[in-house]
Amino acid sequence: MPTDHALRAAEFVADSERAHWHDQALWFVRVKRDRMAQSLPEWETLRDTAGAIKAHTMSRLGDYLEEFEQQATALGAKIHWARDAAEHNAIVLSILQSHSVKKVVKSKSMLTEECHLNPFLERHGIEVVDTDLGEWIVQLAGEPPSHIVLPAIHKKKEDVGEIFHRFLGTDKGASDPIYLTEAARHHLRQKFMQGDAGITGVNFAIAETGGFVVCTNEGNADLGVSLPKLHIACMGIEKLIPRARDLGVFLRLLARSATGQPITTYSSHFHGPVAGGELHIVLVDNGRSEILKSDEFRRSLNCIRCGACMNTCPVYRRSGGHSYGTTVPGPIGSILAPARDAKLFAGLPHACSLCGSCTDVCPVKIDLHHQLLTWRGEIGRRGLLPLSKTLPMKLMAFVFRRPWLYSFAGRVGRRIMSLTPKWLLYNRFNSWGRQRELPPVPPQSFRELYARRQHQQN
Amino acid sequence: MPDANTSRTEILHAVRNRQVVHAELPSLDGGWITYPDSVRHFAETLQGVGGKCCEVRDESQLREELSRLPPMATAKKICSLVPEACQPTFDLEQVRDPHELEDVDVAIACGQFAVAENGAVWVTDAGIKHRAVLFITQHLVLVVPRGQVVDNMHQAYERLKFTGPGFGAFISGPSKTADIEQSLVIGAHGPRSHTVFLVGS
Repeated sequence: MPTDHALRAAEFVADSERAHWHDQALWFVRVKRDRMAQSLPEWETLRDTAGAIKAHTMSRLGDYLEEFEQQATALGAKIHWARDAAEHNAIVLSILQSHSVKKVVKSKSMLTEECHLNPFLERHGIEVVDTDLGEWIVQLAGEPPSHIVLPAIHKKKEDVGEIFHRFLGTDKGASDPIYLTEAARHHLRQKFMQGDAGITGVNFAIAETGGFVVCTNEGNADLGVSLPKLHIACMGIEKLIPRARDLGVFLRLLARSATGQPITTYSSHFHGPVAGGELHIVLVDNGRSEILKSDEFRRSLNCIRCGACMNTCPVYRRSGGHSYGTTVPGPIGSILAPARDAKLFAGLPHACSLCGSCTDVCPVKIDLHHQLLTWRGEIGRRGLLPLSKTLPMKLMAFVFRRPWLYSFAGRVGRRIMSLTPKWLLYNRFNSWGRQRELPPVPPQSFRELYARRQHQQN
Repeated sequence: MPDANTSRTEILHAVRNRQVVHAELPSLDGGWITYPDSVRHFAETLQGVGGKCCEVRDESQLREELSRLPPMATAKKICSLVPEACQPTFDLEQVRDPHELEDVDVAIACGQFAVAENGAVWVTDAGIKHRAVLFITQHLVLVVPRGQVVDNMHQAYERLKFTGPGFGAFISGPSKTADIEQSLVIGAHGPRSHTVFLVGS
């Protein structure tokens, strides 16, 4: 497989204690989500409504983008359009350079991660600080986030203590979250004071009003853009919603699905720039319009990036976000990534047991596991499967099409399997058997049992 | 620098390139949750997210209860936008640069209304010269009329009209993070405490 999800996952599970801890940490979040969902009798109505609003928006996305542009411009914001990551980065850089910005404070934005904005700006001599605590931890560690809502979920508090000791000079061996957070608070508040510009993502952009909403728990987006005079908001074109009152639906679903909170601490509504300042909004396509064209995968654009599908996914929980090799990991990431590069990410739709748990928790009712299955077929049709998958499937198809051969192979197989020594059966080509035991071989097949039963009855 | 107009035209063309089957915009008139005692539910929910709700009869009780809050005992720099509740130690209008607000200990501001289902209060920057004060202060106090507690977010948005430039936020509890091993820590970068006074009977 070109993407080695299985290989990286194998590295992750090699430390079985840590893998188990990771699994439990995410399940804890999933349980909190369930508690919140069950506290609202209208939960399913909310999910249906959210999915319908998004479906409607996607059916008229061009109109809503233009309406948003018009309204936002009227409020004094400047709108930019970027076809891809390179254009996005160039636009952001040119805005920053025209203001002689040297230091940027950034709040969490998966879009800027997707565009690899940080290294790009750093190459041009601009310091970027990720101010979400989890993102800052992974930034200091020189890693990408492993989860879209909980970027440092793969780090134990001892790991964070080690990173902070190295970069912030906290006490060696200190791992108390309160102590570490206090140290981060002290350092990041200095960064906020020094920032020449603030960059944020966008959770929802409102076509009707030209405003947008950013949700955080730490208040880092608000601090980052209320001190300097320059605010750049970067958003994918799928973030639009038609009306302000649609937010009632989405804000009720987002935090409950993400972390099991009734709402994020701060849900900030920006309409136009701060007095005497500038607001730039960058609308980014980067492959989204391609997904919009596809009847099979269009619904993946409904995603509001809550991360619930990751928290519940048995594969994600046990393999870690980094094993996916994408900005957005987990079930939704395994749909979005092959849409960008089917060859490179052909392995991801296979990192799934098709259990359907992601589909059950998705707040906007994306049919995630169906899309993953559809991708598998698509990847097969495009000839992107490795021989290790296509050859056995061809062989099986050949056998299944010939009942006499199937029955014969079964008879032979049962005999051989019961006689073959274990070391030979679990050979290096039997990857299925690496962590699994084959079931005991039955003495008779169903056909034989059935035939005998018919014989006895007659 | 890419040609701005070309990108715009191409993106709009691309999203319109394929006729997506039209889907109706759904109605938002669901049977949304209401609470028999929305004030009590608000107070409980706010407590659950790390904030504190105090009900006071009138302004004099507000002044009294506010002065008893622990942060007030040691506060040196107080930004009060509710003079009837507490006198400020400086005039926010006279502050030219919001960076000067770094050492504000307590900020007291008005909230327009509160939401029972999630403990949030709607706060705007109308009449606040530097909205940064709401986020940079060590402790935040919000004053809301007791009669202004709605049940859910749908009722909340019925009240909101975004007709011009401005900033508004739902704030639910103090600044917090759980980014280190899912341990909830209050006071990430912003306020370490969050108190809402519901005034009136």
